[in-house]
Amino acid sequence: MIPTSFDYVRAGSLKETLNLLAAGDGTKIIAGGHSLLPMMKFRLVQTPRLVDISRLEELRGITEHKKGARIGATTTYAELATSPILRERCPVVAEVAAEIADLQVRNRGTLGGGLAHADPASDMPAVMLALDAEFELRSKKAGKRSVKAREFFKGPFATAMTEDELFTGIVLGGMGRTAAAYESFDQAASGYALVGVCAVVARKRTAIAAITVAFTGLGEVQFLSPAFDRLVDTKGDRATLAQAALEAVKGVEIAGDLHAPAEYRRHLAQVAATRAVQKAYERAGA
Amino acid sequence: MATLFGSGIKRREDPRLITGSATYTDDVKLPGMVYAMFVRSPYAHARIKSIDVAAARKAPGVVAVYTGKDVKDRLVPVPCAWNPPGCDLKVPPHPQLAWDKVRYVGDAVAMVIAETRAQVRDAVDLVEVDYDSLPATVDPEKATQKGAAQLHDEIPNNIAFIWKVAGGDAEAAFRSADASVKERIVQQRLLPTAMEPRAAVASYNRGSGQLTLWCTSQNPHIHRFLCSVMLKLPEHRVRVIAPEVGGGFGSKIPAYPDEALVSLAAMDLGRPVKWTEDRSENYKVTIHGRDHIEYVEMCGTRDGKITGLRTRVYAGLGGYASTAGPGIPTILHGLIYSGAYTIPNILGVIHGVYTNGTPVDAYRGAGRPEAAFLVERLVDIFARKIGMDPVEVRRKNFIPRDKFPYTTVTGLTYDSGNYEGALDKALGMLDYKTFRADQVRARKQNKYLGVGVVSYVEICGLGPSAVAGAVGFGAGLYDSAIVRVYPTGVVKVYIGASPHGQGEETTFAQIVADEFGYPVENVEIIHGDTDNTPQGWGTYGSRSTAVCGSAVKVAAVKLKEKARKLAAHLLEANEADLEWKDGKFQVKGSPDKAKGFAELALMANVAWNMPAGMEPGMEASAFFDPTNFVYPFGTHVCTVDVDIDTGEVKILRYIAVDDCGPPINPMIVDGQIHGGVVQGLGEALQEIAVYDNEGQLLTGTMMDYAVPRASQMPFLELAHTVTPSPVNLGVKGCGEAGTIASAACVVNAVTDALSPLGINHIDKPLTPARVWAAIQKAKGAKP
Ligand SMILES: Cc1cc2nc3c(=O)[nH]c(=O)nc-3n(C[C@H](O)[C@H](O)[C@H](O)COP(=O)(O)OP(=O)(O)OC[C@H]3O[C@@H](n4cnc5c(N)ncnc54)[C@H](O)[C@@H]3O)c2cc1C
Repeated sequence: MIPTSFDYVRAGSLKETLNLLAAGDGTKIIAGGHSLLPMMKFRLVQTPRLVDISRLEELRGITEHKKGARIGATTTYAELATSPILRERCPVVAEVAAEIADLQVRNRGTLGGGLAHADPASDMPAVMLALDAEFELRSKKAGKRSVKAREFFKGPFATAMTEDELFTGIVLGGMGRTAAAYESFDQAASGYALVGVCAVVARKRTAIAAITVAFTGLGEVQFLSPAFDRLVDTKGDRATLAQAALEAVKGVEIAGDLHAPAEYRRHLAQVAATRAVQKAYERAGA
Repeated sequence: MATLFGSGIKRREDPRLITGSATYTDDVKLPGMVYAMFVRSPYAHARIKSIDVAAARKAPGVVAVYTGKDVKDRLVPVPCAWNPPGCDLKVPPHPQLAWDKVRYVGDAVAMVIAETRAQVRDAVDLVEVDYDSLPATVDPEKATQKGAAQLHDEIPNNIAFIWKVAGGDAEAAFRSADASVKERIVQQRLLPTAMEPRAAVASYNRGSGQLTLWCTSQNPHIHRFLCSVMLKLPEHRVRVIAPEVGGGFGSKIPAYPDEALVSLAAMDLGRPVKWTEDRSENYKVTIHGRDHIEYVEMCGTRDGKITGLRTRVYAGLGGYASTAGPGIPTILHGLIYSGAYTIPNILGVIHGVYTNGTPVDAYRGAGRPEAAFLVERLVDIFARKIGMDPVEVRRKNFIPRDKFPYTTVTGLTYDSGNYEGALDKALGMLDYKTFRADQVRARKQNKYLGVGVVSYVEICGLGPSAVAGAVGFGAGLYDSAIVRVYPTGVVKVYIGASPHGQGEETTFAQIVADEFGYPVENVEIIHGDTDNTPQGWGTYGSRSTAVCGSAVKVAAVKLKEKARKLAAHLLEANEADLEWKDGKFQVKGSPDKAKGFAELALMANVAWNMPAGMEPGMEASAFFDPTNFVYPFGTHVCTVDVDIDTGEVKILRYIAVDDCGPPINPMIVDGQIHGGVVQGLGEALQEIAVYDNEGQLLTGTMMDYAVPRASQMPFLELAHTVTPSPVNLGVKGCGEAGTIASAACVVNAVTDALSPLGINHIDKPLTPARVWAAIQKAKGAKP
């Protein structure tokens, strides 16, 4: 468990970080290191240089932003889980953060690191998709740009970021009159999701006015499913919901593995979707 | 004076273990030390065409590279030390570094040694091995069939042995039975996962010709013996030290190739050599457990009397026969097929099979959990077949309390038991009747509750040495202690056992302190170094307290006797007029004429005034060889709620009633039960080592191999009954009990919950995916 040799730079500023990334020599960012270091130890990742951004204050913290919130890329899951701003404005983010991995991982693992890593079984991408989050990226060459979550995740461990880009923050628009819920089934060894579903529901009295549902863990990449649109103007009754859940996973290529054969994952996805929508629906009425 | 025996004092080993001040093998750092690492086969089965070490030799920091060719004539292959009689065991050579073929992923091909850990890690990648890959065989049943890959040319059909256990006439019993049931049971491969991986540091003194090997061992004397054989060194030139050892569960019993190799390199180089496994290496090369495919049958009368049990078992041994490998699925498995019952007719046929997997050896319980599992599963399946409550079937077949010592048809003589007592207590804790009523009500609401009951017996306190010899175990099974009392009266006890988490530094001190009328602080227990501990056989098989603890007691009693004689002499009294009272020998009726043990120890150590013929000093040793094994038992009960929609199993209650005789330290006993139960729950619910058809280990890291986490475990409700063993201190073993009972208990509960669907059996581990698939299948099969 020893990586190939590499240089280590503790970044003193954003500018220095962007300059180092612009060198284009395979330099990699390290934030919490919880995904990167295991890969380096297995020598699946070999890099000439690590730039440690964990002490850049400007990349850290949660602030109010319009009706929602802005989260710095190096904010840890532990900080998300206990943030009063998120608890009030986007509680589902804090809830999910509190359930990721264990305390040690939550104390070091960062939201930006997790999203940039883009593990197809990780939890937060589904939440970001369902909340229609916007990601802020920055590079020396192209400056600042923002990318919607739904344009960000491209495949397993693949994103819309370029090699020289730094992930700087996440912008959440706020919940308005909607409510969200996340339901997942975990793989017993890794704690990652076998499947996870995030549902966001708005209600007009007892009827569903709008609904967004995102899935993780099913295949190559997290995705939003339009199948639940049929629930709009209904009360989300069992039969219609089951129909929508079935349709959502129909045709999706689902990977089976030793923890969950494809058929079982497909089934679990429907259970998780049903439970998430029901919970979000109830919360939206509260 | 209150005794320490029976008191749950805190474990004295814990402060150093939890504050990081303990010294493990990897903490040993010696001047000039270099680091070894192995080039390991990525193939499960392949012929080695060529090995090119030139680039590795030239890499920065590299001081040596070895291949099979370099060590073949210098090392005796890794020995197998258990040859069960009458089964024609075939043991192929197990080279430390492959000679011409590799037989499992991880089989060592070359050893590289360099100045630093990082350098050696870089250099192993530079060794070029050209392999001719061969088809692999990983399933112990299929490996015996025509067309399967052959691991060893001289061993047809990969069959290492066929061992039989027979008592009564099983064939006749099945022919004439009212009812019989059968099942195919897979007892999956498991990865022992001690918290500390294995490690070794070898240091050779060229001046004295003395080799010192620090290693992760449960039995340093066995390691000394086996290393001296492999290295062709006189045994007194080898000193093995097991410093702090972070768990073993059986995986640190065997001799391994790496320990011999680093020793050889240390002798060649004249520099200490260290090797430490990482977790992925641990999962590939440290022994695995279980790996049985079993065809099992039970028969009996319609009113619940069990009349016969029959098995055909395929036990995977992996690529080579590990140290105790062949003894586990035979002696430690088949002999206990009678379980807690008076089964009059038993027949077991066990095939030991070489497969392209990591060698299989003892893992917590070692053969006995597999036996308890199949017996206890069969009792449930049989009960269902004849429409009787499984608890009643157990009661009906228990060996009655007044029949001990009881000899089973397989030839074991159980020392003591009260199986009904443990069962009644456990069922009382649950309120079995009420639960059954709740279960009926819940089913009406489409909720699937279940209860599992297991009444187990285990063979512990291994064991009488004559029996060890008779069953082909290449070692003795007595144990030993030296009790040395210093002039100031404080005591060091040197023991042959080698605890590595079991708390014997505390329990053994309790035994000695009681004997001498001391506070426990006056006594220290020393273990793990073959140069200062007496010949003993280590810690496994729930043997240390029953066997080594007895040796400690015997040695302490010898000194107490000596002290009594000395006291009589010094007090100018008749020995018969002395009594041991308040921690002192005193002349009856004259409390002022008294001598405590410390004072007597001083007088013996200075020897100014000894009785005629008495040797000076206060030291005694004892070798204790038990006359029989001990047979702890108990009943575990658990209740579950199975989510019919997702297959998830939720344990509602877990109740364990164990009888390990009188507990010396009840807190430590409970700790052992906790750990054991949790390991069994891991086995029941989530642990499985998976090889694909090419023999690649798919569960090679903890991201895929699911050892139980605290948050996944239920609250455990523990209780005890106390039936002393007549064999020694009265104590029995408790280290493996939890594991032996809990896996079957959970599976019994889940199949009970799913009985309305007609599900009789689901193979462990009961992952949600497997339970769900079984439910789907059962629903599909129903009209
Ligand atoms: C034991 C364990 C259990 C886990 N369980 C879960 C779980 O249940 N659910 C779940 O979703 N996840 C889980 N994870 C994954 C965890 O969420 C991620 O490891 C963590 O979020 C990654 O963040 P990090 O700061 O440690 O990233 P790092 O490991 O530092 O980096 C990860 C990758 O992102 C890049 N990167 C990091 N920050 C930036 C940035 N600001 N800009 C550009 N690139 C960047 C790095 O170069 C690297 O490629 C688990 C991890 C562990 C170790």
